[in-house]
Amino acid sequence: MARALINAPAKAKRGEVIEIKTLISHIMETGFRPDSTGKPVPRDIITEFICKYNGEEIFRAELFPAIAANPFLTFFTVADETGTLNFEWIGDNGFTATESVNITVE
Amino acid sequence: MTRDDGKLQRTRRRFLAETAALAGAAGIALPLAVEQTSATPESMRAAIKNIVGEAPLNKGKVKLDVPALIENGNAVPLTVSCESPMTQDDHVKAIHVFTEKNPQPNVIGARLGPRAGRASFSTRIRLADTQKIVAVAQMSDGSFWTDEVEVVVTLAACLEGS
Amino acid sequence: MTRPAAVLFVIAVLGAAAAAADIPLAERKSGYEFMARETRAMQDDDSANPATLWVLDAETLWQRKEGSAGKSCADCHGDARTNMRGVAARYPAFNEARGRPIDLEQRVNICRTEQQRATPLAFESKELLALTAYVGQQSRGMPIDIANDAHIRPFLEAGRVMFTERQGQLNLSCAQCHDDNWGQKLAGAAIPQGHPTGYPLYRLEWQTLGSLQRRLRNCLFGMRAVSYPYGASELVDLELYLMWRARGMPVETPAVRP
Repeated sequence: MARALINAPAKAKRGEVIEIKTLISHIMETGFRPDSTGKPVPRDIITEFICKYNGEEIFRAELFPAIAANPFLTFFTVADETGTLNFEWIGDNGFTATESVNITVE
Repeated sequence: MTRDDGKLQRTRRRFLAETAALAGAAGIALPLAVEQTSATPESMRAAIKNIVGEAPLNKGKVKLDVPALIENGNAVPLTVSCESPMTQDDHVKAIHVFTEKNPQPNVIGARLGPRAGRASFSTRIRLADTQKIVAVAQMSDGSFWTDEVEVVVTLAACLEGS
Repeated sequence: MTRPAAVLFVIAVLGAAAAAADIPLAERKSGYEFMARETRAMQDDDSANPATLWVLDAETLWQRKEGSAGKSCADCHGDARTNMRGVAARYPAFNEARGRPIDLEQRVNICRTEQQRATPLAFESKELLALTAYVGQQSRGMPIDIANDAHIRPFLEAGRVMFTERQGQLNLSCAQCHDDNWGQKLAGAAIPQGHPTGYPLYRLEWQTLGSLQRRLRNCLFGMRAVSYPYGASELVDLELYLMWRARGMPVETPAVRP
């Protein structure tokens, strides 16, 4: 399983806009790069990222080969209830990775 | 060998430039060097039309942030943010980013909604060349807003060859 | 200008250039200081620095029992966060059994073969980069502290010669760029002073973590000089000299560079 790193506050005030930072290890092979024989190296990228907050989708992104290796994505959400943030990455060759963090809203 | 100081200065600068040229001459591949056709302004326009359809594309509301001078095209920090109250009635639904000269025009397409609180995201992208980047935001009222920036990508001098 | 003419130019200019002079200690700058604000920000924030992914892997590797001895790094060294503090700042260091300095990569592999009874990790493998980044991170902010004693001195001198003497088809020395022309531009990029304060580091060009030896081989290749295989004593001597040249500068491992 690919290594992922989530940086989100463990605690927040109700209604506060919080920043979520995500980083995941992935080569993001573009499919356009030639190998030593001149043939393109087959594409191997993450194509989809989804973040859910207590089961409801709050952010989704479709990724293309122009996203840098080891994709980094940061976005925002309103901290409105205590619960779990779930993260999912889906990619070529059956790639999937999941991660989750808890948040306490006061 | 004799030389006056002025000439030495000038040739020293030349040395730097020419050494770089030599490094480049050794058959070192660009990060995104391809034999296939690259995206063109036309294919970028087509990719944008695919999202926008026949709706008018307005300038404003969305802001694209990219460093003016890029140290390495392999990982260029990019932030897109939109002015929006992000309420149920008035929010940003999607933000798309396109480039003109990468092998394909699409970079990322993000979907968000009122629960985002702030219509903004950041990532790191690849840029194959000095080119134009375009962001397009779709609002909940169906309108589309855009921003574009021209970026200069300098090629690293000491590219790895082995 | 045609390419043969360019070669002549390089040779002519360097023929006229003055001999290399050491950078005064107080004028030394980390490569960090030559970077754009955005690239610095990437290094400053662990959650934005891709190298953190390797460090996280190493936290697991540190505890994993390996080899026929069934020992983990932690079985001997305990908690890396306390017991590995300052270690990387002292490498390359003299190894009695080998009678010469070894770098951190070699140190890890000696542990693997002699203590864990496991196969050595390949240079630039994910595991070796992860472990050296993890050990290196424990010295972050600490001054580089290379011993300069009778054991080390001949190897330090060999490294200095490697750094200052011209080599390769371009007849260049490391010092001509990194002592004499630092701060100038080579194509679009600033020439740093060449202090290895942050290895292994995440290089945007590589799109991955890499060791100091990878960087040195990269430079030597650019100079059209013999780049030496990974682990060669010539490369370790050069690493040793460069770390000594950066003595007192703070460790940044794992750094980010363009």
